[in-house]
Amino acid sequence: MLAQRLARPSTFRTLPAFLMMAIVLPLLAGCGYNTIPTAEENAKAAWSEVLNQYQRRADLIPNLVETVKGYASHEKDTLDAVVEARAKATQITVTPETLKDPEALKKFQDAQAGLTSALSRLIAVSEAYPDLKANQNFLALQAQLEGTENRIAVARRDYIQAVRDYNLTLKTFPSVLWATFWFRGNEPFANFTVDEDKMQPPKVDFGTKQGG
Amino acid sequence: MQPPPSALPDISPSTGGISVGAPRSYIAILGFLLGFLLFPLTAFAADLPALTGRVVDNAGIIDAGTKAALSQKLADFETKGSDQIVVATISSLAGEEIEPYANRLFRFWKLGQAKENNGVLLLVAPNDRKMRIEVGYGLEGTLTDLHTKLIIENDMVPAFRAGDFSGGISKAVDDIVMVLEGNPEELVARGKRNEQAPFNTDNLFFAVFVSIWLIIVFGSIAASILPPIFGQKLGPGRYRWLGMTFEPGRRSSSGGGWSSGSSGGGWSSGGGGFSGGGGSSGGGGSSGSW
Repeated sequence: MLAQRLARPSTFRTLPAFLMMAIVLPLLAGCGYNTIPTAEENAKAAWSEVLNQYQRRADLIPNLVETVKGYASHEKDTLDAVVEARAKATQITVTPETLKDPEALKKFQDAQAGLTSALSRLIAVSEAYPDLKANQNFLALQAQLEGTENRIAVARRDYIQAVRDYNLTLKTFPSVLWATFWFRGNEPFANFTVDEDKMQPPKVDFGTKQGG
Repeated sequence: MQPPPSALPDISPSTGGISVGAPRSYIAILGFLLGFLLFPLTAFAADLPALTGRVVDNAGIIDAGTKAALSQKLADFETKGSDQIVVATISSLAGEEIEPYANRLFRFWKLGQAKENNGVLLLVAPNDRKMRIEVGYGLEGTLTDLHTKLIIENDMVPAFRAGDFSGGISKAVDDIVMVLEGNPEELVARGKRNEQAPFNTDNLFFAVFVSIWLIIVFGSIAASILPPIFGQKLGPGRYRWLGMTFEPGRRSSSGGGWSSGSSGGGWSSGGGGFSGGGGSSGGGGSSGSW
């Protein structure tokens, strides 16, 4: 009798609670609880793709340097500059955990920009060697390098977009509530800035000024 | 010296004001934000050409016979290995570089199957004298940057210099197909994986989902309405129908029931038109100029 009286209300009391949970939990997701973690993971994935493509470029360089050396061994300065820039660029890595630090990203970007300009000098120099330009290996490396530079550009664009989306979720209306009440540890990620060398108009130098 | 607490009375009335007018102003703000979110998408999509077929000749440089032959060839090739190759010509890049434009167009058209990303876009901009072969993620290993570079330099550049756009493009398409066919087992396996089943699992799940919802929502309504009409009356508010006893009056169902939101996604329009399979590209391939 007593057991019956205790048991029956409890089942009836947990049923509405269970139904409430079943209704409220999906609503929670619908309210945008998932927005911030999703955007954060997207940004991290986009960053991994950026790293992946930069790594691919770094992997191509030793081969390229060896090939050029065979034909243009006296362009030692240019070759050394590439090797040095590569060493510098591969030393600096930005893990997804340190993406919040604009300084780290700036360092990474500077190192990679240094490698980009050293590489473009090497390609420009190699134009003067017809034998090198006709080399099949060099042609293949050049095509791969061009493709990789383009993939880097695409990966960077995707990262910029993903970070913009993520940072917006931390600042705009419905999701900013979740950011203030729940995801307090989430900070905006640093984004790429336009390279300084791309902001400047190209310098035309016909060799009248030495060392320019 | 002004004491800092004097700022407090200024805040409380204003917050009170916001909470009073909240529902309407939030709706207005939400609508505003939504409009802002949607507007750039439409504006962004507007300047890219529509995917009207496998050969989109907006610059008008491919003659009709070649266009028909190419479309047929590319359609046949897609049935074989599910790879989507599209040829596009545009009159002008409007000052943009061809690489970002090709990537944008590729992603806008979603070439290649969603799980394979096996699309190829051959883009020619005759007025800028530039061309590009953009390769989807999934084909980067088969149709390498070097392959595309050689196809551009050996097939397209000489023909284009001679003014023979149709010839150069169809030769390039032949070579792309040849490279992709270079690994026949892989191609056939890819085709098998992406065979268009007449009734695929996505649709099945969707149908099961919808029918469960319909049973939940309309089942209780039917249980209260139908027995009084078709059933046998046993007593006040008790009916016997289909071998079961129904008491519609007793346990009134909670009635509610959501109208399921429009969940349109997941259906490919079965019509005869050609559309991208949902693939993407990360900038593989190469470009050239003549």
